[in-house]
Amino acid sequence: MDGAMILEWVIKSIFLILVMTGGFAYVTLYERKVLARIQVRIGPNRAGPFGVLQPVADGIKLIFKEELVPAKADKLIFTLAPVLTVIPALIITAVVPWGTEVTLFGRTIKLYLADINIAVLYLMAVTSISIYGIALAGWSSNNKYATLGGLRATAQMISYELALGFAMIVPVMMAGSMSLVDIVESQKPVWFVFVQPLAFLIYFIAALAEINRSPFDMPEAEQELTAGYHTEYSGMKFALFFMAEYIKMIAISMIGSSLFLGGYRGPFVDQLPALGPLYLFIKVAIVLFVIIWIRATLPRIRYDRLMQFGWKVLFPLALLNVFVTGVVLILVGG
Amino acid sequence: MLEKYLPLAIILAFAVFIGFFVVILGTIFGPRRPTERKSAPYESGMIPYGPGTRRMNVSYYLVAVLFILFDIEIVFVLPWAVIFRELGVPGLVLMGIFLVVLEVAFVYAWKKGALEWE
Repeated sequence: MDGAMILEWVIKSIFLILVMTGGFAYVTLYERKVLARIQVRIGPNRAGPFGVLQPVADGIKLIFKEELVPAKADKLIFTLAPVLTVIPALIITAVVPWGTEVTLFGRTIKLYLADINIAVLYLMAVTSISIYGIALAGWSSNNKYATLGGLRATAQMISYELALGFAMIVPVMMAGSMSLVDIVESQKPVWFVFVQPLAFLIYFIAALAEINRSPFDMPEAEQELTAGYHTEYSGMKFALFFMAEYIKMIAISMIGSSLFLGGYRGPFVDQLPALGPLYLFIKVAIVLFVIIWIRATLPRIRYDRLMQFGWKVLFPLALLNVFVTGVVLILVGG
Repeated sequence: MLEKYLPLAIILAFAVFIGFFVVILGTIFGPRRPTERKSAPYESGMIPYGPGTRRMNVSYYLVAVLFILFDIEIVFVLPWAVIFRELGVPGLVLMGIFLVVLEVAFVYAWKKGALEWE
């Protein structure tokens, strides 16, 4: 370990955070454009060519908005909750590899920030932390809608986290390692989605519920809870929740791509490692499109059905999948 | 060994900085003219009544307790998942017994109605 190594990590960290925040801005535009096209509209097209400056305009508008703090709110927690929500979203993708390694300025640079041997455990831990921000935001607002929304979000997220955890164990079993680099590399012969379609499906559904996306966006059901846990938030604090939600969308697409869709692997990636980030980007864009498509297509699930689906269908199914995978891999050999 | 985690500490520091920076940005540039009406809790235009946080449904506690139980189960399954090929059939049998014991508890909670919502 030397100074150059630390400098490299700092540059990579800044780059990753810029990519995630920039990605957040453009995923909002992407979502609005795709939704508009699905509903036979055009979508934002005034700010810049094809509306590419729309996220910038939105951001500037939000900076100059008044921030309301309810008189009876717990001021400290009310301010800290959005920060606590956005931090896990920003750091969760730190263990996802973008490629193998490239040579740049005569220096071999690995295309990932951290390759730790407990990467999958890290993912589970960080997703759990992000629940705190939402629960505290709902509670500290001292508002009936916000409290209910925060409680619902918490219960929903912890319920689906079980299925998510078991679905993430399956690639670990296939690869025999928790490191995401090893998991991606062991998908060289065949992507895990073709061997384990059920695990991928469970991962995808549970991840949608985990980030409160439609059709599981019950915590934010406008018709009954106005805006759920962030009812009382405005201005940049609201922007932080929004940012966390969209960065989490990108994050689950990246993690899902790495666990099941071969991550940065694609044709000719062994000869030309610089193609890795491109393949990952394409896969993430496709998964994001599917997420937006689902939002445009499916109605919201009722809350009791949602909880029962998580506990009575997804969780036993995911558990069974893990065990059957173990039995098949040991008895049949793999 | 531990230096592998240093990049995570670095990105965590940046993430904390971004979070507070954005909040401070909004505090500096946003106007702040609170009135009594504005800082009342939002209840769709009705006059707010009663406390904002009240007692919650007991189902939420049940879900939280069950979550702790099964989340720890996941943490126990993870190390097995990494080396289950070396452990072979004995490891599989032991893991099967462990899972069955926990699933008995799950079925019990199910039959007792802990997973029902109204």
